[in-house]
Amino acid sequence: MLEVRNLTKRFGGLVALSDASLDVPEGAIVGLLGPNGAGKTTCFTIIAGFTKADTGSVRLNGQDITGLPPHRICALGMVRTFQIVQPFAGLTVEENIAVGAYLRHRDRREALAEARRIGKQLGMASLLDRPAAALTIAGRKRLEIGRALATGAKLLLLDEVMAGLIPTEVSEIVEIIRKIREDGHTFLMIEHVMQAVMSLAETAYVLNYGKMIAQGTPQQLVQDPAVIEAYLGHGAASRLQETGRA
Amino acid sequence: MIKPQSLGQVALIGLTTAYLLAVYFLPSQVWMGFTINALAMAIVALSWNVTGGFGGLSSFGHAAMYGTGAYASAVLQVQFGVNAWVSFGAGILAGAAMGAFIGALSFRYGLKGSYFALVTLAFAEVLRICASAFEITGAGRGLQLTLEPGLATLQFNNDRTLTYTLLLITVAIVMGLTTWMKYSRFGAHLVAVRENEDAARALGIDTYRVKVTAMAISGAFGGLAGAIYLQLWLFIDSTVVYGVSISVIALIGPIIGGAGTVWGPLVGTLGLHLLGEGAKTLLHDAPGLNFVLYAVVLIAALRFLPQGLMGLAGRIGTFRRKGGDDA
Repeated sequence: MLEVRNLTKRFGGLVALSDASLDVPEGAIVGLLGPNGAGKTTCFTIIAGFTKADTGSVRLNGQDITGLPPHRICALGMVRTFQIVQPFAGLTVEENIAVGAYLRHRDRREALAEARRIGKQLGMASLLDRPAAALTIAGRKRLEIGRALATGAKLLLLDEVMAGLIPTEVSEIVEIIRKIREDGHTFLMIEHVMQAVMSLAETAYVLNYGKMIAQGTPQQLVQDPAVIEAYLGHGAASRLQETGRA
Repeated sequence: MIKPQSLGQVALIGLTTAYLLAVYFLPSQVWMGFTINALAMAIVALSWNVTGGFGGLSSFGHAAMYGTGAYASAVLQVQFGVNAWVSFGAGILAGAAMGAFIGALSFRYGLKGSYFALVTLAFAEVLRICASAFEITGAGRGLQLTLEPGLATLQFNNDRTLTYTLLLITVAIVMGLTTWMKYSRFGAHLVAVRENEDAARALGIDTYRVKVTAMAISGAFGGLAGAIYLQLWLFIDSTVVYGVSISVIALIGPIIGGAGTVWGPLVGTLGLHLLGEGAKTLLHDAPGLNFVLYAVVLIAALRFLPQGLMGLAGRIGTFRRKGGDDA
């Protein structure tokens, strides 16, 4: 569904992303992992059209979308959420979601009805008339997903949608994402919360210093020496093995 | 259609409407003349409200659109002898075009906040200087319509009550259009741009187009206000219609009344005019005194009433919101 090929992005002397490629098959949940500063969010902003890559290409459903502006990409069926949640603070939850719904529904009543439907699906029925500014972090993260879902996009890019949540909230969101996937949606998610990645993603990619260093199932990745070193430092993998033997 | 959120807002809207109707029955004609001026200014305030209130694009140069509307209509009538109705329409269109032009240039280069405000101010000033320099716009002398009251010439200066009624209808139409915009998809997009532009882009909104369209709508209202000024006074010059005072009045009314609400600009503009007039009567007409007073009120409003009078009224006697129907 999504094919990302050889993305490179430099910010001055810093290579944020170097020759990064990934694939997201339809119906899958794909994880994108990596330590802080690895280039995950840069990768997302390029895929979603917020930044232009220096080289490389992005294809969505076979169509080349490299360099298209975000609103065109959204209309083609791919939408991103933000790591730092960006609610329309002055609007109610219902109005927030409706902004997304207006993409496919011109009529106000239809857009609001769609917003309510999605709000209920995300377990936010009692919050629909509350201002978005009054939501907790968990509520705001749900709102990000709800707005994205309301655009009718089939491919959702979730940027650390579990960060800052307590474990029970994480498992609630995991359930929600599962349900949404069953309705025919595909996910690419940046995630730090390993519990979430392990239970949701079939495949994951690991970025470090802008390079894709590994790809595989989450179970394979946590045992991959390159991944362990990326997170814990040089030589960590062999030290771990030694302590394991001792 | 208009959905007030509290008893306070109902009261404020009711009070405003009652005043506007009471003017018909007040014995002194002074009130009507005074309210005519206030209504004419309320239209510029409603114009600013589209971009500054709903869109969060604070312009400090709405005189650019106002003056362009007035000059387009005046040049057509005086220099080319075009029919007043056609010129009036052309004034509205010219205002819209000027708004779209300023918006397209500013937003193309990503101007926001105070930078946008400064650029709009600069546009208004450049236009003022141009209008006072070129012969076709009457240079320093300004442009004067020939007095010829009648329906064909859109001049009703001999009938104050008729003028007042027509203005009242015009304000109602502009507020009706504002309401329609507010509840349309475009309105939702515009508010989304104000609240968070990045999120709006991510959700499929062409934010550049939304902002330029908002400037065009605002420009149309501004041009309308300018064209009305011309028909009211039959004379314009650059310092009046392109003057900074127009830009100030355009933004101060909505901010006091409640930016981004349908009634706020009218409530704020009427309130300010009443205040200014009261001060003049009390303090025996010191010139420019009303602006000093406006400044004090503006600062107080920004400090204590960030959502204006409508926001304040909104907190009084709030209607119970219907809870989400939990399934």
